[in-house]
Amino acid sequence: MTIPADLKYTKEHEWVRIEDDTATVSITDHAQEALGDIVFVELPEIGRAVAPGEAFAVVESVKAVSDVYAPVGGEIVEVNAELEGAPEKVNTDPYGAGWIAKIRMSGDTVELLSDDEYSTFLEE
Amino acid sequence: MKPSAVSGIQHEEPLLFEQAHAESAAIALPGLDAEPPAALAAFARQAPAGIPGLSEPEVVRHFVRLSQWNHGIETGFYPLGSCTMKYNPRVNEQVARLPGLALLHPEQPEETAQGLLGLLFDLQQWLGEIAGLPHVTLQPAAGAHGELTGMMMIRAWHASRGDAKRRKVLVPDSAHGTNPASAVLAGMHTVELKSAPNGRIDLDVLKAHLDDETAALMLTNPNTTGMFESDIAEICRLVHEAGGLVYGDGANLNALVGVARPGDMGIDCLHINVHKTFSTPHGGGGPGAGPVAVCDALAPFLPVPRIEKVGAEDGARYRIVRESPQSIGPVFGGLGQVGVLLRAAAYIMAFGREHLHRIAEDAVLNANYVRARLEGAFHAPFPGLCKHECLFTDEYQHRHGVKTLDIAKRLIDLGFHPMTVYFPLIVHGAMLIEPTETESRETLDAFCDAMLEIARQCEAGEVEDILNAPRLPIRRRLDETQAARRPVLVWNDRPTTANEAG
Repeated sequence: MTIPADLKYTKEHEWVRIEDDTATVSITDHAQEALGDIVFVELPEIGRAVAPGEAFAVVESVKAVSDVYAPVGGEIVEVNAELEGAPEKVNTDPYGAGWIAKIRMSGDTVELLSDDEYSTFLEE
Repeated sequence: MKPSAVSGIQHEEPLLFEQAHAESAAIALPGLDAEPPAALAAFARQAPAGIPGLSEPEVVRHFVRLSQWNHGIETGFYPLGSCTMKYNPRVNEQVARLPGLALLHPEQPEETAQGLLGLLFDLQQWLGEIAGLPHVTLQPAAGAHGELTGMMMIRAWHASRGDAKRRKVLVPDSAHGTNPASAVLAGMHTVELKSAPNGRIDLDVLKAHLDDETAALMLTNPNTTGMFESDIAEICRLVHEAGGLVYGDGANLNALVGVARPGDMGIDCLHINVHKTFSTPHGGGGPGAGPVAVCDALAPFLPVPRIEKVGAEDGARYRIVRESPQSIGPVFGGLGQVGVLLRAAAYIMAFGREHLHRIAEDAVLNANYVRARLEGAFHAPFPGLCKHECLFTDEYQHRHGVKTLDIAKRLIDLGFHPMTVYFPLIVHGAMLIEPTETESRETLDAFCDAMLEIARQCEAGEVEDILNAPRLPIRRRLDETQAARRPVLVWNDRPTTANEAG
């Protein structure tokens, strides 16, 4: 299981990559492993405003349907439409081709963890 | 008792459309011997109906062969947690088929259907007494339909008090998925309550979410971990104090029937899955029935039509009430799924008021017997006595590379329907086992022996059989991922064969 050092994490098992005012978001390697084979990703609408901690996407696996919560507040500016035809990318490349959405940040974030803090959180 | 599963002759079975030979038909009707009326000419069929051409024995064999791929409560043990797969006694079928009940028409005059109406009225009373909530509608056609009906009544009650802003419904994270779905369908929005570490409702979390927009709390008791909500009285008091109502999901009533009453706990509205607690057939997609029992405050909002008793005991008549000023209106055609309700009435009558409690007592005893035998070999996330189902996880087996899904598949080779897996969602690798009151100690022991053998094989590193299971059924491990990602739902979605393409 990988936890890249250059990303931030949430206790709900999302990762976020912050570049300037844009945050790229998806679920962690741990989350995709726990969910199992992902069969569907419901993407948010571009232009939608999200509050930090608000459910903005849904991932469905053979085991369960789970909400994905926004680590940061802002506006959805881009979604990964490739996941509509190939949801398995969240399993095979959670930190790369499995990204879900990009949020233009404004305002608050939820509590964000470093890679070390997330690793410790997983062990608890 | 050893596992009984061996392999037998099973047949590959193509779809009827793939088997069809042109021009052949099971039943050939003579041609028309008169000209159809001119008024109907426009409706005359221009092309064949597309019914596959097959003889009667071919059709019969098709369905019998498919049935042989199946496993049901009449084939073997079926401990599917949260589903109450109990045996459906044959006498229920006889009652439902009595001509005086089965051959009535929904619209025939009520004075010619007094027997049926009287029986359904009695069933309303019995269900009300069992629930501890005296007013009952028999209309809803399934448990989730009952939930929707209940939430509509709760919404109507708030509106009648000029408090229509109450649209928030609190749902624990251990709930059946139908609960939030039903609330949303009734125009509410839901907030998920995180469970306490003991798998029960966390009173502090509940308090933090109660406010003047709270319409209701939806809960299941015992909850989906098989545990009784021991704070139920306090939970209901808090919700009522905040101006909300408590909706009870009656899915787990088999743990309580005849022993404890949801209404006495403070629950205001409860649906009853008669196909679970009262042994009407289920698992095949219906028909079901989900009567709803409510407290006095909600009674004016019950759906119509309802059955009412008029006059004294010796000269009582039954009539159908079709209108009621505050009713939410009909939620189903007619009085409900009458055939299913009659089976439930037969089951209740077979026990009688004096003995209904034995259903719950035997169901709880059987679950705790399984729990006690498997504890130690399998990880129990919430130790202690359970109610009608016991919950384990794959934590110990996972160390040997064996997951919940593998254990479930191995049970098939050993002749058992697997338990419910990966539910409730709050427990990682969940295995939820509900034996029901149906089973003998010998059957429970055979199942426990099979589970303990799987645990032993894991410890010994003999995991080949488990990881490659199932081996005996006509289909081995299905590709559930592909089935979900690229579902083929109707027969002509099938890929075109080279032959057809040519």
